[in-house]
Amino acid sequence: MAALARANPIVVLLAGLLVAALLWLIIAPWPPGVTGVMGPKRVFLAAILSGITLGALYFLVASGFTLIFGLMRNVNLAHGSLYLLGGYIGFEVADRTGSWLLAFPVVFIIVAALGVVLQYVVFRRMEGEELRQTLVTIGLSIVIADLLLWIWGGKSYQILTPDFLSGPMDLPLITAVRSDGAAVYLRYPRVRIWILIAAVVVGVAMWLVINRTRIGMLIRAGVDDREMLAASGLPIQLVFVLVFAFGAGLAGVGGIVGGTFQSISPGEDTRFLLASLVVVIVGGMGSIPGAALGALIIGLAEQIGLVYAPTYSVVFTFLIMAAVLAFRPQGLLGARR
Amino acid sequence: MRRSFLAAAAAIALAMPGAALAQETIKIGILVALEGAFSEGGRDGVRGVELALRQVNNTAGGRRIETIVAPTDTRPDTAVRQARKLIEQDGVDFVIGPLSGSEGIAIRDYAKTVPDKTFINGSSGALETTWVDPAPNFFRFHTDGAQWGVGLGQYVVEQKRWRRIATVSADYSFGYTNFLGFAVDFCRAGGDIVRRFWVPLGASDYAGVIAQLPDDVDAIYLGLGGTDAINFLNQYAQAGAQMNFIGGTIMADQTVLTSRGRAKDLLIGTPTSGMISDENPDAAWTAYVAAYRGAFPEGQRFPSPTIFATGYHIATLAAIKALNDVSGDLSGGQRRFQQALATMELDTPLGKIKLDQNRQAIGPVFVNEVTARADGSLFNRMVKRADNVTQTLGLTPEQFRALGLPSRDNPDCARLRAGR
Repeated sequence: MAALARANPIVVLLAGLLVAALLWLIIAPWPPGVTGVMGPKRVFLAAILSGITLGALYFLVASGFTLIFGLMRNVNLAHGSLYLLGGYIGFEVADRTGSWLLAFPVVFIIVAALGVVLQYVVFRRMEGEELRQTLVTIGLSIVIADLLLWIWGGKSYQILTPDFLSGPMDLPLITAVRSDGAAVYLRYPRVRIWILIAAVVVGVAMWLVINRTRIGMLIRAGVDDREMLAASGLPIQLVFVLVFAFGAGLAGVGGIVGGTFQSISPGEDTRFLLASLVVVIVGGMGSIPGAALGALIIGLAEQIGLVYAPTYSVVFTFLIMAAVLAFRPQGLLGARR
Repeated sequence: MRRSFLAAAAAIALAMPGAALAQETIKIGILVALEGAFSEGGRDGVRGVELALRQVNNTAGGRRIETIVAPTDTRPDTAVRQARKLIEQDGVDFVIGPLSGSEGIAIRDYAKTVPDKTFINGSSGALETTWVDPAPNFFRFHTDGAQWGVGLGQYVVEQKRWRRIATVSADYSFGYTNFLGFAVDFCRAGGDIVRRFWVPLGASDYAGVIAQLPDDVDAIYLGLGGTDAINFLNQYAQAGAQMNFIGGTIMADQTVLTSRGRAKDLLIGTPTSGMISDENPDAAWTAYVAAYRGAFPEGQRFPSPTIFATGYHIATLAAIKALNDVSGDLSGGQRRFQQALATMELDTPLGKIKLDQNRQAIGPVFVNEVTARADGSLFNRMVKRADNVTQTLGLTPEQFRALGLPSRDNPDCARLRAGR
């Protein structure tokens, strides 16, 4: 960090100022001048929080995607289908048992099992043939999408929020000060805050597993040099299956989360596949912190765009992606190979 | 090879004697959205067709009737593709549908390319479908989205005393049309629209819009439908805001009022308007509701028919009556059949309906209020009924044309208010 500051003092100063301005915008009550330009502070804060929570959802889906790519060089274009399948199964479990929490382990196990089948039956047979794997995953995603349409129909499903998570909560962020001096705090949907916390926990846990455990060491070694790891006689196929199962399960769990604060319907699979692709391209293929950063940037760009420039909001995501590809093709936190 | 086969098939078809054709079954194509925001409404539309056909034992004009369902996803290109499939591959005699606003406009244009086939609109409610350059073989036997707004604006201003509102509506032709019908009425009665939000059809995340809704207004007009409406209400309930609502026609339809969860309770007391009222005391309506309930077991239908079922049902009634009038004769480019449709006065569950020179229905419109029954289920209680509402909303065609076509910025509320 200090070396960076010595090398580019002006860039670091500008970045520092930007962060300070952003913090001021978030924490301080806005004077009328700022409100005049940017609209009420409530809207700004809600957009930021929506961006972060949407980023949390993107992270859940994209982290599995990036992990699978990093380790197996397999661009799994059926990842969105796993998301959608998880959402539908989650809906069925939550609907029949009335327990939202139960849906998470059930979906994780079922979708992870499907991931094991996919890896063991399909991808193991075409190891190293990237084009073939990519085409097969496209084919699988189409087949799975049609099967889901056949089973669950074209309607959109909403997974109901459990009572303990429904309704709003007050956040310690001041949106305005009333004339009598009382502060007005930001009200925000409770379920979104908890999903954000859960995503952070999952992210930190993944980071710890990858950087602090033996299995994480195997995964990192595999990402760096798969052939060498295999040559060392380590059970690389087992690692592949485990990682694929975990990534698939995470996508399935993402489906429950998506179905709870948005909805699940045909077409969501490609939407989340595209979002995952953009996230890992921005963040860097194969990097978990990269997926987190990419998801945050894309989520924020989408939501802030939606509020302040609704007509162009769709473009922002792809502008960011194009800029990253132009100036840092390996992604913001991706390693150059 | 393929071409010669087609030629042979065509030759056989041409050589078939007309007498034999009269004995053949009539094929009806049902063009209906079964994917996307209105898929539940679409299923109910199919029920509406089935109910009408069952009541005549699948026979009209002395010929048996067969149906083929072509599913769409509310996108105009899909609707046209499926309509082509119905006509070119399945060889249907006429089409009942489509369901959604922009589909209707696309089918109107497609209809002009097949003048010897007939299209009877299902439940799509965009104004332009029958107002701008209408197709001579396209018929709409229910009132359109703008007509559905009649009376609601005035009711809101005069009974509820809500004068300042913001609006959230779906960003496509029906959203514009339905909004225009309400806004013309509302602004002429002295109301003011301070902000308009437009959200795409099939959007799933409304957090951004909900955060921006102003809190210094009397009410918020919601012009969403199907699962969009359900998603919005759920996310609105999550955000914990409390505001009076005014419902667009499909916002407070049975498809939304029977959704799971408690978010729909936010709608209790919401004034809304449309082509039906759930508890209309009219004998024709109660008989229709009883037949609907009798025809489909509970759990496989709504507590009472939706506007989608009713629109498709009325379209089928019109087709049956016209087939009876011409004794099942669809020869000669269906001209006699089309003539019968254009000139008929149709008895429907909503009362008598006739068409204007654009083949657009003139009929009743209801103002309702969402009310909870003792068991907690919701329905539209009728508070007002206007009969013989025309497509120009009671204005002369010139005055109506001067308003401009429905769009994001139309109508101009201040001008309408001043012109009172």
